[in-house]
Amino acid sequence: MRITCAQAVLKAFKEEGVEVVFGYPGGAVLPLYDALRESTIRHVLVRHEQGAAHAASGYARSTGKVGVCIATSGPGATNLVTGIATAYMDSIPMVIVTGQVPVEMIGRDVFQEVDITGATEPFTKHNYLAKDRDDIPRILKEAFHIARTGRQGPVLIDIPRDVQEASIDFKYPNKVSLRGYNPTYKGHYNQIKKAAHAIATSKRPVLCVGGGVISSNATDEVLELARRIKAPVATTLMGIGAYPSKDPLFAGMIGQYGSYSANKAIKEADLLIVLGARMGDRATGKTDEFTKATQIIHIDIDPAEIGKNVSTNIPIVGDVKITLRELLKFEVDREDWSAWQDIVEGFKRDIYTTRQYTQGLDPVAIIKELSSLCSDETILVTDVGQHQLWAGRHFEVNRPRTFISSGGLGTMGYGLPAAVGVKVANPDRQVVLITGDGSFQMSMAELATIRQEGLSVKIIIFNNSTLGMVRELQQHYYDGKYYGVEMLGNPDFSKIASAYSIESVKVEKETEIYPAIRKILDYEGAIIGEFSIDPNANVIPVLGRCSDETYIRRIG
Amino acid sequence: MKHILGVLVENNPGVLSKVSGLFSRRGFNIESLAVGVTEDPSISRMTIVVKGDSYIVEQVTKQLNKLIEVIKVEIISSDSVVRELALIKVGATPSNRNEIIQIASVFRANIVDISKGSLTIEITGDDQKISALVDMLKDFGIKEMVRTGIIAIDRGNRVIKVSGAK
Repeated sequence: MRITCAQAVLKAFKEEGVEVVFGYPGGAVLPLYDALRESTIRHVLVRHEQGAAHAASGYARSTGKVGVCIATSGPGATNLVTGIATAYMDSIPMVIVTGQVPVEMIGRDVFQEVDITGATEPFTKHNYLAKDRDDIPRILKEAFHIARTGRQGPVLIDIPRDVQEASIDFKYPNKVSLRGYNPTYKGHYNQIKKAAHAIATSKRPVLCVGGGVISSNATDEVLELARRIKAPVATTLMGIGAYPSKDPLFAGMIGQYGSYSANKAIKEADLLIVLGARMGDRATGKTDEFTKATQIIHIDIDPAEIGKNVSTNIPIVGDVKITLRELLKFEVDREDWSAWQDIVEGFKRDIYTTRQYTQGLDPVAIIKELSSLCSDETILVTDVGQHQLWAGRHFEVNRPRTFISSGGLGTMGYGLPAAVGVKVANPDRQVVLITGDGSFQMSMAELATIRQEGLSVKIIIFNNSTLGMVRELQQHYYDGKYYGVEMLGNPDFSKIASAYSIESVKVEKETEIYPAIRKILDYEGAIIGEFSIDPNANVIPVLGRCSDETYIRRIG
Repeated sequence: MKHILGVLVENNPGVLSKVSGLFSRRGFNIESLAVGVTEDPSISRMTIVVKGDSYIVEQVTKQLNKLIEVIKVEIISSDSVVRELALIKVGATPSNRNEIIQIASVFRANIVDISKGSLTIEITGDDQKISALVDMLKDFGIKEMVRTGIIAIDRGNRVIKVSGAK
């Protein structure tokens, strides 16, 4: 069957199970958009290409499927860049299709030409410039395969406009042949045996789980392991949702902004079991003070992550789920809980006490209220900043893929477009976005997408009229000499909402918190809740409240 | 500490930029990189000399392996056959020309071009041999020099091959 390459791309999408693409049209993708018009695949028109990438990423994070987005050449493609890098840092499966100027024009700096494969090379798992029409089916097949296997990640395909228009005999390959790509799923037997022995003979084992546990759908295995070996479980930011917050063994989030119990557990452990986590600098702080553990087991599908940041004596390359299933066949069970019990119980004290704020609301009180009113099915999306860390620490997340946040790259402006993708993927579930006045304004234009698509996203803005995270850093590290953090030109967010015919509620008093959250959650349709929080509220608890050197770390 | 890596890659456009880009963005230092096609025209082989400790070499190897178009990465042992080719244009007058030719012949280097004011010498060998010749020629005045970067192959039956890649 002779079809155009643009049609072939859409056919390949169908074959790969793609139901929706997020995009923004332009001259170099006109053939693709014409094929989209004829296709049954849903197109969600965003208001900025970065929004398309974040929406595809939110879609992928909440479903585990490959997120797809499309943009035109030049500025369309460069606008995607932040979204692609965000997905890359968090290992999110995505396929990105960009238009390119016609093959003969490449390299001549023609209108809207940019070398997007060159630009995205450092933060795509792989990318293609598809100059030959006959390569299109193979490249599409490979791109989806690479994106969703091994350590997942974004794959970009740049297709010149004339190639999109060219006709081919379409035959979709049923398998890929990539001799340079063969990820290891099954952990090495001897290493697993060694790990089992180390666990069985340990006194104070602790699990540290990251986003890899969620990507490999290994939450059941992690739960079984933790219970059988009686180990407290700490998560990274990306690992939130990999272990139920309500479980007694849950210790919280590690890291600079993590919980006391999680950091203390890791520090005092004699055996640290790291699962699908890359042990980034924000999670470990200074690596030499990170843990006293003499044995470290690290299971990860990406061999390059093992030993990169924290040295490991039992490295296991493999998929977390498959490898844990093998591990669980061994007698890893530990009955002796005594060496750990007192310490772990001690961790459990909730170090957060409500503080008196005079200039606005207590953000943590709002999150705790919200958390108590949401079910486990609720998907919480965050932006980046103080609100993200308050949410990470105080919102109870019990299911995987229900806490959606930009971890590695820390991309402000991620939240709203990501929530678009999450809601498109999960129309029947409650989707709540927590954002700040700074982050929200970075991608506020996507309110139009929410309106156009009729997406019922619940938007909670923590408004402190300041870039709180930066302000907090300036407070601690620059003696409170604040600069460049006041957001004096903030709009009236309820007027912004009404401009898009979106409902809104504004909260300034403590007594209004509960009814407002009720209204936000119960309202049918998109709604913005603006909470005026105290600009003095910080993420790091006041020094002295828990003066443990592992808890309050300087930024390394 | 220097390490020599033999890297098999897909013979596609853009692979070189992916490999060299990886080195610069991860802060690895390349001392030399030589690339050419292998007995299989779909595969190119790079010989990369990296400076760094064992952590760096392990990271380089792992990160290279992550590139989809990298088929195989192996560390080549120091006792392998290691060669580099250099072309050296040296200032020469009728009075010292013979002396230069004699030095070249001691190094088993070839004179590949001759003119009234210069001689061009071609030498093949490892780094030490080339450096020694360069040192000898310095006094005559080296006008220009170009080196290929080293290529290396294991001794005996040991080969870097595609089967069982990664």
